[in-house]
Amino acid sequence: MANVEKHSYDVVVIGAGGAGLRAAVEAREAGLSVAIVCKSLFGKAHTVMAEGGAAASMGNVNDNDNWMVHFRDTMRGGKFLNHYRMAELHAKEAPDRIWELEMWGALFDRTKEGKISQRNFGGHEYPRLAHVGDRTGLELIRTMQQRIVALQQKDKKEFGDAEKNLRVFAEVTITEILKENGKVAGAYGYRRESGGEILFEAPAVVIATGGVGKTFKITSNSWEGTGDGHALALKAGANLVDMEFLQFHPTGMVWPLSVKGILVTESVRGEGGILTNSLGERFMFKYIPDVFKDKYADNEAEADRWYLDQDNNRRPPELLPRDEVARAINAEVKAGRGTEHGGVFLDVSKRIPAEVIKKRLPSMWHQFYELAGVDITKEAMEVGPTCHYVMGGVEVEPDTAAAVGVEGLFAAGEVAGGMHGSNRLGGNSLTDLLVFGRRAGMGAVDYVKSHGKNPVSDATIAKAAAKIEAPFSRTGGENAYSLHQELQEVTHNLVGIIRTGSELQEAIEKIAEIRKRSANISVTGDRKFNPGFHLAFDLDNMLLVAESTAKSAIAREESRGGHTRDDFPGMNSTWRQVNHISSFDGEKVTVKPQPLAVLPKELFDLFDVHELEKYMTPEEIAKGGSN
Amino acid sequence: MARTLKLRIWRGDDKTGGLQDVTVEANHGEVVLDIIHRVQATQMGDLAVRWNCKAGKCGSCSMEINGKPRLACMTQVASYPEDETITITPLRAFPVIKDLVTDVSFNYKKAMEIPSVEMPADLKPGEPRMQQIDVERSQEFRKCIECFLCQDTCHVIRDHEENKKSFAGPRFFIRIAELDMHPLDMLRNRKKSAQEEHGLGMCNITKCCTEVCPEHIRITDNAIIPMKERVVDEKYDPVRWLGSKIRKREGIL
Repeated sequence: MANVEKHSYDVVVIGAGGAGLRAAVEAREAGLSVAIVCKSLFGKAHTVMAEGGAAASMGNVNDNDNWMVHFRDTMRGGKFLNHYRMAELHAKEAPDRIWELEMWGALFDRTKEGKISQRNFGGHEYPRLAHVGDRTGLELIRTMQQRIVALQQKDKKEFGDAEKNLRVFAEVTITEILKENGKVAGAYGYRRESGGEILFEAPAVVIATGGVGKTFKITSNSWEGTGDGHALALKAGANLVDMEFLQFHPTGMVWPLSVKGILVTESVRGEGGILTNSLGERFMFKYIPDVFKDKYADNEAEADRWYLDQDNNRRPPELLPRDEVARAINAEVKAGRGTEHGGVFLDVSKRIPAEVIKKRLPSMWHQFYELAGVDITKEAMEVGPTCHYVMGGVEVEPDTAAAVGVEGLFAAGEVAGGMHGSNRLGGNSLTDLLVFGRRAGMGAVDYVKSHGKNPVSDATIAKAAAKIEAPFSRTGGENAYSLHQELQEVTHNLVGIIRTGSELQEAIEKIAEIRKRSANISVTGDRKFNPGFHLAFDLDNMLLVAESTAKSAIAREESRGGHTRDDFPGMNSTWRQVNHISSFDGEKVTVKPQPLAVLPKELFDLFDVHELEKYMTPEEIAKGGSN
Repeated sequence: MARTLKLRIWRGDDKTGGLQDVTVEANHGEVVLDIIHRVQATQMGDLAVRWNCKAGKCGSCSMEINGKPRLACMTQVASYPEDETITITPLRAFPVIKDLVTDVSFNYKKAMEIPSVEMPADLKPGEPRMQQIDVERSQEFRKCIECFLCQDTCHVIRDHEENKKSFAGPRFFIRIAELDMHPLDMLRNRKKSAQEEHGLGMCNITKCCTEVCPEHIRITDNAIIPMKERVVDEKYDPVRWLGSKIRKREGIL
């Protein structure tokens, strides 16, 4: 234990994306000492990938917009499974969080009047997304990063040491949240560079680790999206809520490998891109659900006319909602009519002249040409559903972001659950990070001020250290890379975008099997920047996430938002009243139903009752809210 | 479309190391980072490499491919002739940690030395009004993904460790330019400090940084040269500086 690097802070933030950095700023500005721990270099977090923008009802483009409209849109998007209080706080506070970024140096695109410009996006009633071209996420992360630096510069002036009270620990992986006397006492992990172990003593820990995409074979997430925070929270005794809800984008690239998982924006279909199977059939005509028959063309001639005359023709079926398109692609592939790489063809090249494609879809053309040598003006793309975002996450108290069940633990951003219900609206993620990142920071500050230090015992440290050493003490065991691939096959095939009870049961058994084998992983090489060693720990997290997702999915016998059951195709108002809570006993994940918080009367009354009738039971409607 | 690819990958640490030959399968459309991942998964489980988004947006997988600073996720295998051996080495301007991973902390230290944005004291959140044309100049520099390829290629520090102390490098010249052109920033003498504290004068505008920038930021033309030209003017004429700030805030300039 003598060689363990030791640090002591008031608050440790795990994750340096938008939520983590916002939490750190809040805690430091309140006078506390803060450590920010991140798996990669400072400023590389997955937040950089967000393109569309940050949703906030500033009303700069349409002054009818306000928090109530935004709240309604968010609840609709989540099919009313959202925690109402999170959606309410988010809608109310998002504009302030955007304006605050501007005061920290962010430069958003402008309206003619010089205000922050706002763009339209799916599910938002008014133009609402503050944006910077298609790199809004980069602007957000850079602004937060530079805000951290500004606070460090201030500390340097005051204390002569920039890192005295706010320090970034880059390329450190946390393997365990430490507890003493039932409360959070710190975090333990290793430096990726050296493999050296590192201890943070802190009474409050904020988890802001993002998503779980790497659990799946095809994902738009980076390597960091391994569900670390989800697993750390579970192991520390916290709960996950609604882990069955994952957002899949129907058209991610499946081939070439260099772009596997990368999103092909919906506008490719909007501009005339068609989907065909390996037999060359334009198959979407076969998959128009009855409820959409009056809005979508059932023959090619009419579908093609729509691009020129939208008033007198029905839309092409390629433009059905995301889940319908994904379901159709999935069915074609399962029927053996997919491409060699398990996708279908999306082709815009035969329908639109090359120069028009380049003009209307410049970044798409550029991206695939540069990254994969695919010229979308000349050839078809191979696409299939890609795992994009997890709605489920750590169960938290909405106002403080405190994790339910563990004192001193907080969670914000994608790793927290509840805010988005069963489906997230585009643009709500970036403001979610800011609103709840700040609230987690505030929650941690209040907690530390009222509770004080909670020292870590030597026994606890020794236990955490033993876990890190374990994969090196074995030889000739399982290979982490192969096990990861096996897990990804299972989740992709059996817990993916379209689910059935029997396949989920098979998945649960297979995940348990892989989990058993993972206990015997051995690592080659030494501890120094060893990706095989790193993956051994990431894999353990992904296995817990996959187990929680599969078990939550088999329990929910309905289809809603990011959870589609072939054997239970409809939405069911009784299921809307239920959250699924995952907990972990050290051996296995258990999923239990829990009643969803009831919409209070003042929020209930924001909706037309006829709209609520589509989602709620007659008893709920008769009650008219909680008070 | 699979082909067999010959690679030479630098392996080692801060003390010793050398190039190792590897033969690996490559598929149509793959980039160098895909190949490195395959080598990792099949032959060298402990090969160290940084990467994140694999979409050219985070700037993590910077390395030198056949001696040129590049992002491995944006470099197609097909861009090299069939029979060519591709040589992959770590960034030369920074100390090696292990294999293709280097210690880039130099850049984070330099970031700390540049004073942050300073807003007008009386400005409240939600109040700023700026024209698109005025924010676009700084927005170009804010496209930077901090891959540090420009820092790596810059000959002022590439082979001159001794210059690092007094030279911030192209990435931070565009940071200074960005703040200098920021319509709201009130801190004066940014150009002067670029010259006197951050080594702007050591740059002799060979444009190597602009050439390697994956974001196609016109580092030399739009940041370095304008600062060099105006640094002298303003040094002797504070009224010019004040005037430019007032015009910016009024939205005139």
